[in-house]
Amino acid sequence: MSETGENLLLELYRTMYKIRTYEETLAKIYYEGKSPLFDISAGPIPGELHLSTGQESSAAGVCAHLKPEDGVVGTHRAHNFAIAKGVDLKKMTAEIFGKATGLSAGKGGHMHLFDPNVSFSCSGIVGASFPQGVGIGIAAKMQGKDYVSVAVGGEGAANQGTFHESLNLASLWKLPVIFVIEDNSWGISVPKDASTSVSKISERAKAYGIPGVSIDGKDVMAVYEVAKEAIDRARRGEGPTLIEVKVYRLRGHFEGDPQLYRPKEDLEEAKKNDPVLFAENQLLSKGIVSQEQLEGIKKDITDEINEAIDFARNSPYPEKEEALQNVFAGGE
Amino acid sequence: MARKLPMHRAISEAIAQEMERDPSVFVMGEDVGKYGGIFGATTGLLDKFGPERIKDTPISESAFFGGALGAASKGMRPIAELMFVDFFGVAMDQIYNHIAKVHYMSNGNVKLPLVITTAIGGGYNDAAQHSQTLYSIFAHVPGLKVVIPSNAYDAKGLMISAIRDDNPVMYFFHKGLLGIGWMPSPEEAATEVPEEPYSIPIGQAKVIREGKDITVVSVAKTLYEAKKAAEELENEGIDVEIIDLRSLVPLDKKTVVESVKKTGRLLVVDEDYLSYGMSGEIIASVSEEIGDQLKALPRRIAFPDVPIPYSRVLEQFTLPSADKIISTCKQMIK
Repeated sequence: MSETGENLLLELYRTMYKIRTYEETLAKIYYEGKSPLFDISAGPIPGELHLSTGQESSAAGVCAHLKPEDGVVGTHRAHNFAIAKGVDLKKMTAEIFGKATGLSAGKGGHMHLFDPNVSFSCSGIVGASFPQGVGIGIAAKMQGKDYVSVAVGGEGAANQGTFHESLNLASLWKLPVIFVIEDNSWGISVPKDASTSVSKISERAKAYGIPGVSIDGKDVMAVYEVAKEAIDRARRGEGPTLIEVKVYRLRGHFEGDPQLYRPKEDLEEAKKNDPVLFAENQLLSKGIVSQEQLEGIKKDITDEINEAIDFARNSPYPEKEEALQNVFAGGE
Repeated sequence: MARKLPMHRAISEAIAQEMERDPSVFVMGEDVGKYGGIFGATTGLLDKFGPERIKDTPISESAFFGGALGAASKGMRPIAELMFVDFFGVAMDQIYNHIAKVHYMSNGNVKLPLVITTAIGGGYNDAAQHSQTLYSIFAHVPGLKVVIPSNAYDAKGLMISAIRDDNPVMYFFHKGLLGIGWMPSPEEAATEVPEEPYSIPIGQAKVIREGKDITVVSVAKTLYEAKKAAEELENEGIDVEIIDLRSLVPLDKKTVVESVKKTGRLLVVDEDYLSYGMSGEIIASVSEEIGDQLKALPRRIAFPDVPIPYSRVLEQFTLPSADKIISTCKQMIK
C-alpha cells in the first residue's frame, strides 16, 4: 500500500469509527428512561431509531470523494451518510434529541435530517431518495456545474417503482447521479432472497444501459475505488452508475427490534464482516498505526461525539408555538 | 395593447416570460415539448427554449416530481406537469410526503420553489379516471399552495405568481376553460390579457358579480354556471353575488365572510366531490365566524360522492349546473 493509500485508509477508518461510536452512543442513550418497557416516545431520544451499524463503509467510501456542493439523499437509516458527508454533528444530535438547536429545530428528527450547507437530506419513505437524487443531477446539468448527487437506498428500496423510473431517467438524460444500494440483506424482517428477483441488484443496471457494480462493503478501500470511478465518470458528464454495496446489519431494523425472524448464523456472519474491525486490523497489521496511536485516534473521536451529545442534552426544547411556523416560505 | 387570449395561451405566455426573465425556470412533464402540453399550457415553448429547458419526460411521475424537488433544492425553479390530476396516485408520495413537507421538516432551511400544473374537471364524457377535480385532496395537505384560475387574465397573473413563489404551488386548470380545440370553453374564459408580465397575489378571491341577496362561492368552471343562474335569477328579482376563490390555499376567508355578512346567505358550488372537501370547508369557515348572522342555512352543490360516470346523461345529471343553482337559490330565499 502506498503512502497515500495508507493515509487514505486511516482517513476512511476515522469516518467509520466516528459513525460506529456515534451510533453505539445513541443506542445506549435511546434506552434511558424507557425501562422496564420499551416506550417509543420516552427518554431523551424519542421516536424510532434506525441505526446503520455495520454499514459504515458504504458511506465512508463514497463520501470521501464528495465536495460540500455534491448532493446526498439518504434513507431512513442515514446517520452513516450524514456523518460521512460532514453534516454538523452537534446540530444533528440536537435534532435527534428534538431540541431547538437541532438542524431543523426539532421539526425533522432522525429520519428527516436536512443540512443544506453540505447538501444533505434524507427521507423516511423507502425508495423516495432516488428521484430526488435525479433532480439534483438535473440541476447540476442545467446550471453547467460539475457537482454530482448520490441517491442511497436499501436492497428493499430497489424494488420500488421509483428506483426503476429514476435509473431510466438518469440514464436517458445522462445525469451525474450515483445510485448506491446498501444491501444489508433485510427489509425489516424479509430476507433479500424473498424480496428481490436477482441476487445482484447491480445486474439491473444493464436494463437501463448504465454501469452496475456489486462490491463487498467489508473492505472500505474497495468501496472507495468503485465509487471513485463512478463519481469521476459522473463529473465528466458520462452519466449515472449503480453501485451495490454488500453491507452487514449488525442491529435490528429499529432499536427495540427483538429480531426473532433472524437466524443466529446471519448475525454471526455479519459480525465476521465488520468493516470497522476489518479496517482496524489492516491498519495495525500493516503497521500504518500503532496500537497506541489508534487509541489516541479513538479518544479524539469519542471526545468529539461526547461533546455533541452534551450539546444536545444541554440544549433547550423548542418553544411550543414553533410547531406552527415554517409551513410556507415567507410566513404563514 | 391587450388582446384576447384563450386561457392556455395566457398560461404558456406567462411561462415563456418567466423563462426569459429567470434562467432557473424550466418545464418538465409528459408531452410538454412538441405537443405543447396535452392541454396547451406549454404551446410554443419548445421552439423558443429548446429541449434542455422544455423537457419531455418518460411516463414516470414519481421520477420527475421527485426530480422537481431535487432540482428546486439546488436553486432551480421547475414547473412539472401532472397531465390529469387523476394520475396523482402514481406520484403522490413525492408530492404530499416530500414536496409539501420538506420546508417544514427542515425548519425553513430548504426552499422548494416549484410549480405543479395539472388538468381538472369533467363534462366531456371521459369517465371516472380522467374527469375528476380533486383539488381538495391537495388543499388538505399543509405545505402546498393551491390556485385555480377561471379565466385567461387570472391564469397569466397567477402563473407568474406561482413561478415566483418560493413555495410549491399546485396550479389547477380546468380542461373546459382552456380554449383548446377539442374542448368547448365558455367565451368569457378567453379575456383580454396584457402583453407585459403582471402578477396576481395568491390567496386573493375576487367578487366577479355584485349582489345583495345571496353569495355564491365557487372556482373554475362552475362559476360560469353560477353566472348563467344569476342572470336568470335577476329576472325573478333575486340579486346574486358571485365570488371566484381563485386560490384554495391560502384561502381568502375575509372576502367570503364580508360578502356573506352583506347577503346573509351562502351557497357553495363545487365540481369536486361533496364530502370532506372545499364546499364543507367554506361553509364551516363562514359558520364559525358569522353563523349566527345567516338568514338561511348554508347550502352546497357539489359532485355527489360517486365516481364520474361515462354516459352523457349520467354525467350531466351529476355535475353542478345552472339549473341546480337556480333552484337551490330560490329555496334559500323564499
